[in-house]
Amino acid sequence: MKVKTLEIDGKLVTGGPEETIFQAAWNNGIRIPRLCHIGGLSDIGACRLCLVEVEGQNRLLASCLTPVEEGMKVRTNTESLRRYRKLLIELLFAERNHVCAVCVANGACELQDLAMSLGVTHIRVPSQLPHLPVDISHDRFGVDHNRCVLCSRCLRVCDEVEGAHTWDIAGRGRKSMMVCDLGEPWGVSQSCTGCGKCVQVCPTGALFLKGKTVGEMRKDRSFLNFIVTAREKHIWIR
Amino acid sequence: MNNQPKRQLDARDSVSRSGARETAPKKDPRAVSLESAMARHGYAADALIEILHHAQKLYGHLDKPMLLKIARRLKLPPSRVLGVATFYHLFRLTPPDRHNATVCMGTACYVAGAAELLEFLEKRCKSAPNGGVKVGCGRCIGSCGLAPLVVYDGETVADVTRRKLEKLLDEAGAK
Repeated sequence: MKVKTLEIDGKLVTGGPEETIFQAAWNNGIRIPRLCHIGGLSDIGACRLCLVEVEGQNRLLASCLTPVEEGMKVRTNTESLRRYRKLLIELLFAERNHVCAVCVANGACELQDLAMSLGVTHIRVPSQLPHLPVDISHDRFGVDHNRCVLCSRCLRVCDEVEGAHTWDIAGRGRKSMMVCDLGEPWGVSQSCTGCGKCVQVCPTGALFLKGKTVGEMRKDRSFLNFIVTAREKHIWIR
Repeated sequence: MNNQPKRQLDARDSVSRSGARETAPKKDPRAVSLESAMARHGYAADALIEILHHAQKLYGHLDKPMLLKIARRLKLPPSRVLGVATFYHLFRLTPPDRHNATVCMGTACYVAGAAELLEFLEKRCKSAPNGGVKVGCGRCIGSCGLAPLVVYDGETVADVTRRKLEKLLDEAGAK
C-alpha cells in the first residue's frame, strides 16, 4: 500500500491510495463541512459544501470525491470558499421550507448546525416555499418533503446498507423529490422493510419518527458505523 | 338469474386473460417487441433509457404497471426506474392528449396577435383539463407570410383567428 503525502491547509498529512481529500483531512483533524457525506456510505458530491481549492486546478473540487495525490496542495477554508459555502447554505434554506422554529429536528439538525457554524444570519435570496406534500402514511415514520435537502443519504443507506432501495429521486431540477417505489405513499410501499435507517441518517427534519416532540427527535447514526465495520471487518462491537 | 353465471364467467375470463398477458406476453405484438428489445440489450440495467424509449414508442406513454414490469425484467429497483422516467422530459407517464395545438410565437406571428391566440387557447383548454388538447408554443416555423400560424395536430393552419380556432376545436370535439 503506497501512502501519499499531501499538504492540506499548510499541514503535511498522509493518505492511503484509496482515500479522498475529505477523509485525509478529517483523519488529521481538519473538518471540511459536509451535508451529503456520511461515513459508511458511498459519496456522490451532491451538496458541494466540501468543495476545496487544489493548487494547479482552475476549478473547485468536491473533496469527498477527489482521491489524494502525491504532493497535492489543498486549501479547505479560504475566504472565497467560506463565502461559497455560506451561499450554498442560504440557497438550501431558500429552496424549500426550513423554518427551524417549527421543525421537529430543531436543535438536532445538520443544516442548522452548518448554518450556525458558517455564520449564516439571514437568507439573501427569496424563499421559494413550494407546496410539497407531507407523507405520514407509514406506521412509524413520516416524511416532510418541505424539509428535504435532497442529500440522498436515505437513498444510499436504503440501497447500500438495507438493500431495499425503496427511495430514489424523481424529477429534475427544482422539481426533484424523493419517491418511494413508483411514487406510492410510504405506508403502502412494497419494498420498504420499515428498518428506519433512512430516518436516522437524514440530516434535517425531512424524515422523522412519528410521535416525537422537538426535544425528543434525536437521530442516532452510530448504527451505520457498527453495521459497516461488522460487515467489512467482522467486528461486532458497538 | 340467467345473467348471473354469465357475468361470473366473464369476470373469471378477464382475470385469466390479464394473468396470461403477464406470464405469456406473446399474445400482444407490442409486448413481444418490448421483450425482444430487452433481450437484445441482454436485460442490462444500463439499457434502461433505451427500453423506456421503446416502451413509450409502443404504448404511447409509460404507466406504472409498465414501469414495474421493466424494473422487474431489468432487475432494477422500481424507484430507480421512476426516477429515470421522470428525469427526462421525453418520457410521459400519462396518456398523451388527443390533440396538439402549437402556437407560433415568432416575431411575425407575435405581431399578428399570436400571444392573444395562445392566451385564448390556454384559457379555453384549461377550463376543461381533460378536453384533450395540449396547448404549447413554438418559435418561428418559417412561414411568416401566413402569420399568425398554429400547428394543429401536425397540420399548419394559416391566418389563424379566434373564430377559426374555435371552429377547429369544435370539430375535434374538444371541450
